[in-house]
Amino acid sequence: MYTFGDPAEWLPFVFAGLMGLSILVYVVLDGFDLGVGVLFPLANEDEKDAMIASIGPFWDANETWLVLAVGLLLVAFPTAHGEILTALYGPVVIMLIGLILRGVAFEFRVKAPAAYKRLWNNAFFVGSLMTSLSQGFMLGMYVMGLDYTWGHVAFGVLTAVFLTVGYSFIGATWMIHKNSDVLQAKAISWARGGIWGLILGIAAVSLATPFVSDRIFDKWFSFPQMLYLLPLPILSGALILWLWGMLRQMPFKNDRLNWLPFVAATLLFTLAYGGMAYSFYPYVVPEKITIYEAASAPESLFIILVGTLFVLPAIVGYTLLSYWIFRGKARELRYD
Amino acid sequence: MLDTLLLSRIQFAANISFHILFPTITIALGWVLLYFRIRYNRSGDDRWMEAYGFWVKIFALSFAMGVVSGITMSFQFGTNWPGFMEIVGNIAGPLLAYEIMTAFFLEAVFLGIMLFGFSRVPRWLHTGATFLVAFGTTMSTFWIIVLNSWMHTPQGFEMIDGVAHATDWSAIIFNPSMPYRFFHMMLASFLTVSFLIAGVSAFRYLIGGRTRGVRVALRTSVFMAALLIPVQIFVGDLHGLNTKEYQPAKVAAMEGVWETQNGAPLLLFALPDEEARENNFEIGIPKLASLILTHDWNGEVKGLNEFVAEDGTALHPRVAPVFWSFRVMVGTGVLMLLVSWAAVVLMMRKRADGQGRRGVDGLPKLFLFGLVGMTFSGWLATLAGWYTTEIGRQPWLVQGVMTTKEAVADVPPTMVLSSLIAYLTVYAILLGAYIGVIFYLARRASRGQSIEPRVPQSEDAQVRAVPAE
Repeated sequence: MYTFGDPAEWLPFVFAGLMGLSILVYVVLDGFDLGVGVLFPLANEDEKDAMIASIGPFWDANETWLVLAVGLLLVAFPTAHGEILTALYGPVVIMLIGLILRGVAFEFRVKAPAAYKRLWNNAFFVGSLMTSLSQGFMLGMYVMGLDYTWGHVAFGVLTAVFLTVGYSFIGATWMIHKNSDVLQAKAISWARGGIWGLILGIAAVSLATPFVSDRIFDKWFSFPQMLYLLPLPILSGALILWLWGMLRQMPFKNDRLNWLPFVAATLLFTLAYGGMAYSFYPYVVPEKITIYEAASAPESLFIILVGTLFVLPAIVGYTLLSYWIFRGKARELRYD
Repeated sequence: MLDTLLLSRIQFAANISFHILFPTITIALGWVLLYFRIRYNRSGDDRWMEAYGFWVKIFALSFAMGVVSGITMSFQFGTNWPGFMEIVGNIAGPLLAYEIMTAFFLEAVFLGIMLFGFSRVPRWLHTGATFLVAFGTTMSTFWIIVLNSWMHTPQGFEMIDGVAHATDWSAIIFNPSMPYRFFHMMLASFLTVSFLIAGVSAFRYLIGGRTRGVRVALRTSVFMAALLIPVQIFVGDLHGLNTKEYQPAKVAAMEGVWETQNGAPLLLFALPDEEARENNFEIGIPKLASLILTHDWNGEVKGLNEFVAEDGTALHPRVAPVFWSFRVMVGTGVLMLLVSWAAVVLMMRKRADGQGRRGVDGLPKLFLFGLVGMTFSGWLATLAGWYTTEIGRQPWLVQGVMTTKEAVADVPPTMVLSSLIAYLTVYAILLGAYIGVIFYLARRASRGQSIEPRVPQSEDAQVRAVPAE
């Protein structure tokens, strides 16, 4: 009857994949510009301008991936959307106010009277910090099954700190690529400091997840799955060692390959994220609602999918165009 | 008593009211910028680029405000109104998804190129980026208006186990009120931008910044307003007739008509009394409401009393807010008509020496002050219009399908109250900063100071950390 099998089967899976992909793209892309915001107080006034210049043309599009991810959750899994967001009401409000503050600070810090520039710089930092912390907290609460107990909240606080450090780390690697000179040297030392937090954060989530549910434990620690999954931790470990070694030796001669740490960090984020996605599949609300139970009607998902197939390649195309136009070292942001 | 439902409604109203201010500006300002850009490309005349250079900054600022307040909106559905997506998610979902995919990314990516790419990309690509940003904002308007209109005039679906399922997408998209609402909103945006540009340009002119760029912006905006306001009044009338057909309870509230009557008067003033179900202190023009709504002096206008359930619960909105916001919108529109036409007449007068027209120099000082005062008149009219139509839909969230009450989340009222206070505080500060910065930039530009972002850092000025061998 169906050419590709039952759409009620594969459409939710495809949409879970699309949503997962947008969250990953968001975490990497907005991760680096949030990270640059979190690192803001560590730089002096001139360096702050250079830091903004390295993310100025990109941040808006980066943030759109969050809208897409939440949009997909909303449209593809409406019941889960309500369930997750009402459970995370508090942190979501904090994140939104953080996003508002930092988003407008980009504009206000250069347009408002000079006397207010410091104020808007602070707003940019505070907004970035609020956003990173609340996203980390939400991650922790999600891993713990969206269930408020003291232990879970404590874990959420822990992941809040680790994700913030993780964002600062990938932000620092972006700056290594986009900035030069003294600021690049600073970024290298920030990355060296931040890698610790990243290791601890990935370890904390990786170790905690299997113990939250027997189901996830079995997924990881039973034969033969364990063998197929083995490359994941091994690759992650190798990436960390590689990053570690690279950061010791940077800056490289003639500033060549300055993009490698960012790419390595992206791969690391992807692996960690892939592991999490594997753990939670097929649940969209951990241990409560599967993607198949939460999915919208197939006819609605299908009409979105058709559009996606045309539009997504275009989005990827012009996003790449933008990164190409603004390639190389960050230059002064001017309108002319 | 402030319960979760009322607080959530206030919060949603606050969020969407704050949000709509900025798209109302960027939707039309994008096209106006494209117009400036094309005029410059064709003529090479610097004044067009001067106007572009100033207004692109206001655009960037407005756009950022719109983006961040819009993100808040996308989360509101889940945090406060989960019932909305659970019941009509199969219809609202794809429409929102198409908005994100066809509009948001387009705007966001090409905005970067439009703002910072001037000297990096060829002229055609910069002009193209300006076009795509304007096009993106319009696409965004289209999809959101489709969804909103569907909530007023739903069709093309069937209810299965209490959940709406789409049966006909073209019926959903081209629902009966969509075309009216879309053009009404687009025109509202163009009028808002006309008066914004006119007001800020008049301000610059008054404080001595009488450059050619200011003059051309002032002239363009005044003509745009004078041209579009009659169109808006015409489209608004059509929209009203459409509403009368599909949402008679809303029209009854707008007109303040309690009892169905023939030859209903147009009320200029009244204090609707919800308890007694009548108006106090009515001042009206006999039969005019009937004429406007039915194009017949003695046409029938349905009264609010027709929309009361058996048990006495009102199936119509609260009357006073709808009645008054409608009057604020129409009043502002009439003022816009008078001011823009007067401006055109003043500008078209012959110069004293008989050589050509007076142009913007023909506008008296007092009149220019008036324009400054009307800088944000478009916001007032737009908000009042939205309140009319959205409050007018109550108690329904989706007309005849689900009530607002069915959608609200089970969140403790204290939680909603805290988030509401937080949002209101942030919004108040940002609105103040936004208006302040617009006039600050105007003052700087008038003093001939650079209003380029002060970002002193350039690749060229830097020495590499590692010297080349």
